[in-house]
Amino acid sequence: MRQTTRAITVSGLHKSFGRTHALDGLDLQVEAGEVHGFLGPNGSGKSTTIRVLLGLLRADAGIARVLGRDPWADAVEVHRRIAYVPGDVTLWRNLSGGEAIDLYGRLRGGLDPRRRAELTEQFELDPTKKGRAYSKGNRQKVALIAAFAADVDLLILDEPTSGLDPLMEAVFQRCVAQERDRGRTVLLSSHILSEVEELCDRVSIIRGGRTVESGSLAELRHLARTSISAELTGPPNGLADLPGVHDLDVQGRRVRLQVDTDGLDGVLRHLGESGVRSLTSTPPTLEELFLRHYRDEAAGLNELDGVAR
Amino acid sequence: MTSLAVRTSVRPRQLAGTGTLLRLALRQDRLTTLVWVAVNTLMVLSMPGTLRSLYGTAVERSRLAGQVETNASFRALIGPVFDTSVGALTAWRVGVYAAALAAATSLLIVVRHTRDEEESGRQELVASGTVGRRAPLTAALLAAAVADAALALLVTAGLAGQGTAGALAFGLGLAGVGMVFATMAAIIAQLTESARLARGLTAAVLAVAFVLRAAGDSATDDGSSPLTWLSPLGWLENLRPFADERWWVLALFAAAAAAQAVVAYALAGRRDIGMSFLPTRPGPAAGRLGTPGALAWRLQRGSVLGWSAGFFLAGVVYGSLTDGAADLVRDNESARRIFERMGGRSGLTDAFLASMTGMLGLIAALYVVASVLRLHGEETSGRAETVLACAVGRLRWAAGHLTIAFGGSALIMTLAGAGFAVGYGKEVVPVLGACLVQLPAVWVIGAVAVLLYGVAPRLAPVSWGVAVAVLLIGWVGPALDAPRIVLDLSPFGHLPKLPGGGMEWRPVLALTGLAVALVAAGLTALRRRDSGC
Repeated sequence: MRQTTRAITVSGLHKSFGRTHALDGLDLQVEAGEVHGFLGPNGSGKSTTIRVLLGLLRADAGIARVLGRDPWADAVEVHRRIAYVPGDVTLWRNLSGGEAIDLYGRLRGGLDPRRRAELTEQFELDPTKKGRAYSKGNRQKVALIAAFAADVDLLILDEPTSGLDPLMEAVFQRCVAQERDRGRTVLLSSHILSEVEELCDRVSIIRGGRTVESGSLAELRHLARTSISAELTGPPNGLADLPGVHDLDVQGRRVRLQVDTDGLDGVLRHLGESGVRSLTSTPPTLEELFLRHYRDEAAGLNELDGVAR
Repeated sequence: MTSLAVRTSVRPRQLAGTGTLLRLALRQDRLTTLVWVAVNTLMVLSMPGTLRSLYGTAVERSRLAGQVETNASFRALIGPVFDTSVGALTAWRVGVYAAALAAATSLLIVVRHTRDEEESGRQELVASGTVGRRAPLTAALLAAAVADAALALLVTAGLAGQGTAGALAFGLGLAGVGMVFATMAAIIAQLTESARLARGLTAAVLAVAFVLRAAGDSATDDGSSPLTWLSPLGWLENLRPFADERWWVLALFAAAAAAQAVVAYALAGRRDIGMSFLPTRPGPAAGRLGTPGALAWRLQRGSVLGWSAGFFLAGVVYGSLTDGAADLVRDNESARRIFERMGGRSGLTDAFLASMTGMLGLIAALYVVASVLRLHGEETSGRAETVLACAVGRLRWAAGHLTIAFGGSALIMTLAGAGFAVGYGKEVVPVLGACLVQLPAVWVIGAVAVLLYGVAPRLAPVSWGVAVAVLLIGWVGPALDAPRIVLDLSPFGHLPKLPGGGMEWRPVLALTGLAVALVAAGLTALRRRDSGC
């Protein structure tokens, strides 16, 4: 990371639509030069946050800074340095895709024509088709090409790959990696965990309009549990009393359990005392981590809240 | 519904689900169709009273008929007169226009439930249910048939006092024209990929039908010209309601509608969902558009050109009618009074010109509302969001569309004045002035649309209601001798009556100032509110 300034700073953001509280004290920090994953179940407030960051919505309370400026008051200045791709791109029915790409480029204040040509080829887009003739995936490509070819510092991508096939998904991932190598910042809202795992330096997970977890993937993995299943030579005794053990399932000499990272050492020691015939240990996957956060368990939410703050 | 679904899933049919789709269509359309049918019915049913107050005696009516017979321009604009009864004159006076309105209602309904549904992608989800291949088109045609039947019923019942047979013939004739254009729209909706184009092409067919009938009627005074017979609008006059009805003409409507429906079903059965017979032409691979203003012009230029051509032609047509109209009105005391109320005090020619330019002003209000509401369309479709996420401020984004809305209304009124210059040829400058003096009132209506949209997008469609209310006040108000307080509600009521009346700067400046203030308030609200919700 070459810079120390933050690209995005959000703290205590609140936004209501009538009686719905879309954002309920959300925090988000995106360092300059990083690819930041922005995750959360449907309706958790990701798009609302992004639209506040774009100055399309005005927050009821809290602070939002994009590239050091207030996105509501200085919208145009901020927008000169960012490119945005929505999750559902709509185009003008009588404008060709190429016209739309060039229009977005000029409205942002610059487009690299060589990069545009390169991207059009990589994404295999026919730029002569008109608005309605494009499929969902191709409409996304139009916005992606315009964003990646733009001369900007920050890319805000809101589920940008919905509708892309796996080949194009790979092209997209390559483009994001290139953006990072150039020192640009990317905020990537996504549901595709492999994409997040592959691309993101850090992630923030939100739920119910609040940030429940934020950190590097390594840090987050640390918070998750390791699954262990073992066949023992002797009877397993006292496992349930060890700290950090969850979901213990003992059937004869077979043991299955989950353990917090801090308790792993104690569990392995204990199993070793009983004599191990076979042992499988599965490191925490992102999936498990996300599912834990996505699942609607009030208790879990409170517990993790404490960790996040 | 459950039983229907179960039955059809066991025995798939081409028309499965039509009933459900029809209910859906009627539910979606309940307000718009109601308004269209109600406006049309009111226009027709108010006519006998108006005629009776203008031409109370048989002598006056036969003099009117005699003048129309000898005036080719009038026959072109309205049609020939076949009898001097109030019923026959009602059918003559409103026939073509009521039929055109019925045609417009029907074509909008059909395109909305066929091509619009496909273009938006909604059809795809519907078609994956237990819905037969022919069900969507059938439901759309039935929805149009419901609207046309309602119109026929109301008109027949309302005019029955003038003669039951004539009322029935007229009602059925209107519905017949409606169904001919419903089925025409059904064909065209198969040909084009865009609903907007389908509507435009069907409206163009309607315009051609009007021109054919007008050309035929200007040549003959009994509707017998082959050109008239080529136009469904001409069939209505040849049905001769209230003048010894020729019932067999109704068979023409039925045959044409049936034949066109067969073609539409055949075309629909031969294409894939969402596809069309006229493929969309590819566009350029690179674009030159680079500013929000250029984008706004690109999006609106087609409609500006259409309105410009229409207003110029209307100016030519009304201009060429001016001398004849003054003669026609001069002989009739009450007609003269109405023209004077609508137009002005001095000189019948001036009064006619003033009322015609005033009418074009009222119609220009519809243009300005449609143009301002492009902002609304861009926002609700989500296209505005991506543009506003670029380095484009909201005011700069709105400015392009508003320039076209407000400047465009000045353009079309100027072209109407140019049309009058061509068609009338006299008093060029005063008539142009009469066209331009409408602008402050037009702008006030546009400014109301800006304000409503600026405050909340969901309020924006209300501006259509405002424009239609002003149109009704200006159009029907003087004929009904509406009280001053009602007429004053419309900004058009405050304009000086030009040509003829003296120019008054006070109301013109006041209305312009009001328009500026409303636009400023609307734009301030737009800048402060959330975008896209």
